[in-house]
Amino acid sequence: MSAATAPQAANTAGAVMAAASQSPARLAVRRFLARPAAVAGLVVVLFFIIVAAFAPWIAPFDPIKTSWTMIRKAPSWAHWMGTDENGRDVLSRIVFGARASMTAGVISVTIATSVGVPIGLLAGFAGGKTDMIIGRLVDAMLASPFLILAIALAAFLGPSLQNAMIAIGITATPIFVRVSRAATIDAATNDYVEAARALGNPPWRVAVRHVLPNIIPPVMVQATLAIAGAIIAEASLSFLGLGQQPPAPSWGSMLNSAQRFLTQAPWLAVFPGAAIFLVVLSFNLVGDGLRDALDPRAK
Amino acid sequence: MRGHLGVRFAQVIPTLLLVSIMVFCLQQLMPGDPALVLAGEERDPVVLEQIRHELRLDQPLVMQYFHWITNVLQGDLGFSWRIRQPVTELVATKLPVTLQLASMAFVIAVCIGVPMGVLSAVKKNTFWDYLANGIGLAGLSTPNFWLGIMLILLVSVNLGWLPPSGYVPLTEDWRQSLATTIMPAFVLGNAISAVLMRHTRSAMLTALQQDYVRTARAKGLSEWLVVIKHALRNALVPVVTLGALELGTLLSGAVLTEQVFSIPGFGKMIVDAVFNRDYPVVQGVVLVTATVYVMLNLLADVLYVLINPRLRGA
Repeated sequence: MSAATAPQAANTAGAVMAAASQSPARLAVRRFLARPAAVAGLVVVLFFIIVAAFAPWIAPFDPIKTSWTMIRKAPSWAHWMGTDENGRDVLSRIVFGARASMTAGVISVTIATSVGVPIGLLAGFAGGKTDMIIGRLVDAMLASPFLILAIALAAFLGPSLQNAMIAIGITATPIFVRVSRAATIDAATNDYVEAARALGNPPWRVAVRHVLPNIIPPVMVQATLAIAGAIIAEASLSFLGLGQQPPAPSWGSMLNSAQRFLTQAPWLAVFPGAAIFLVVLSFNLVGDGLRDALDPRAK
Repeated sequence: MRGHLGVRFAQVIPTLLLVSIMVFCLQQLMPGDPALVLAGEERDPVVLEQIRHELRLDQPLVMQYFHWITNVLQGDLGFSWRIRQPVTELVATKLPVTLQLASMAFVIAVCIGVPMGVLSAVKKNTFWDYLANGIGLAGLSTPNFWLGIMLILLVSVNLGWLPPSGYVPLTEDWRQSLATTIMPAFVLGNAISAVLMRHTRSAMLTALQQDYVRTARAKGLSEWLVVIKHALRNALVPVVTLGALELGTLLSGAVLTEQVFSIPGFGKMIVDAVFNRDYPVVQGVVLVTATVYVMLNLLADVLYVLINPRLRGA
C-alpha cells in the first residue's frame, strides 16, 4: 500500500465503522433530515398540531359566537381572514377546525392500525386457510371505493364527527391488513425468526416479540400517508354534512357553507380549502420522506 | 394464460358474495327500528307490524339476507322508500350521467398524467422532473371539492366562460353537455392524473434501463423515437392496468364532484339518499359500485395478461 492510499483506506474503514456503530433508527433519522421537503412537511405538521392543541389560546375570537353587525366582512386587520355568513371570525374557526381535522386524522388511523395490524400479523404468520379467509374479507372491503363505503357507514351510524372517525377508521383498516401481512411474510423468513422458533418459543411470542417490531417501519409510513387521506375524508364527510355538525367548526363544513356565498364572499372558500391542502400536502411529504428514510430500496 | 384467468374468475364469486353480505349488514348498523323510519309520523303498532312484515324484519337475519340476495340476483335492488321507485330503475337513470363524467375525467387524466410521467422520467433529476413531481404531489393533496369550488370561482364567476353548475345530456345538446361537464371532469381527473403520472414515471424509468432501449439507441434511432416507440410502449403495460382500477376510484370521487357542480348523477343520488334516510338506495349504490369495482379489477387482470406478450403465451 502506497503512502497516499493508506490514510484514504483508514478514512473509509473509519466511515464504515461509524456507520456500523449507528443504530438503524439513527440512520433513518439522518436520512429523513437530509430531505428538505420532508423536513418542511414535518415543520408544517407540527405547526398544525400546536395550533390544534392550543386552539383556545391561539384563536383571536370565539369560533361559534355570531355577530349580526359583522356578517361577511372581507379580510382586515381586525379579522385577518374575514368573517362568515353569521359574523363569526374565519381565522378562529380555522384554528378550531384544525382540532377536528387532526383529531379525525389521528383517531381514525389509530382505529385502522389497531384493528388492521394484528389481523395482518395473524394472516401473514398463520398462513394457510386463515390467510385465505382474511384475504377474501379484505378483498371484499377494498372492493367498495373508500369514500362511498365511508359515506354509507357514516349514514347508517348517524352524522357526527365521532361516527365519521369510526367510518373512516373501518374503511382504512383493509390497507393496514395488507401492508402488515406483506411485511410479516417478509420478516418471517429472517434467520432470527427461525432461531426464535428453534428455541421453542410459542408462535404468538415469535410473532409479537420478533416479527411485530420489524413490521413497524412500513406500517408507520402507511399510517402517515393514511392520516393525509383521513383528513381529506373527514373534510369530505363534513362537506356533505356527515361529519362535524354545526355550529362546531370544521374545514369541510366551512367549505360547504362558503359555496352559497362565492360571489359575495370568496374568502370563505379560499382559506379553509388552503388549510386542508397545506396539512394534507405536509403529511404526504412526511410520508414520502419516511418511506425513503426507512426503506431506501423503495426510493 | 387460461389457467390464470380461470383462477381470477373463480375468485370473483366469493368476493362478490362477501361484498353482498357486507352491504346487507350495513342496515344492521342503523340505530333504531327501520320500520319507524319508514312509518314517519305514523306510530300505530298495527301499521308498524305490517311494515316489519313487508320488509321481512320479523324473520331471522339469515332469511332476510336470503330473500334480499335472491332479489338482487334477479336484478331487483329493492324499492326506494322516498321516491317510491325501484332502485334498479334509479341506478339505470343516474349511472350513464356519472359514466359520461368518469370517461371524460379518465381521458383528461391520461392526457395530463402520462406525458407528465414520461417527461419526468426522461428529464430525471432536472427542473422538469421536480416540477412534474411537485404538480403530482399537489394534485394528490388537493381535495377535489375545493378544487371544484375554486374553478367555479375563477372560470364561472370571474371569467364567465363556463356554467357553474347543472347538466345537459349528450343526446340533447352535445355542446352544452360538454360545457357543463368539462370542469367537473377536470376536477375528477386531477387526482387520477397525479397517480398516473407517478406510475408512468416509475414504469418509464425501469423501461429506459432495459437492453432493448440500449439496442434501439445503438441502432441510431432518434431519442424521441426511442422514448415513444420503445420505452413508452412497454411502460404502458402496468399503467393501462392501473388505469382500469382508477376508473373505479372515479366513481367514488364523483360523489363530491357531482355535489359541487349539482350534476344529477350516481354520486349525488347516494348523498340525497343519505339525507332522506333512503337506505335501500344507499345499499343499492354501494352494491353496484362494489360490483363495478370488482369487475374493473378483473378487467385490469385480463388486460394485463392480454397486452403483456410474456404472459400471453404462458
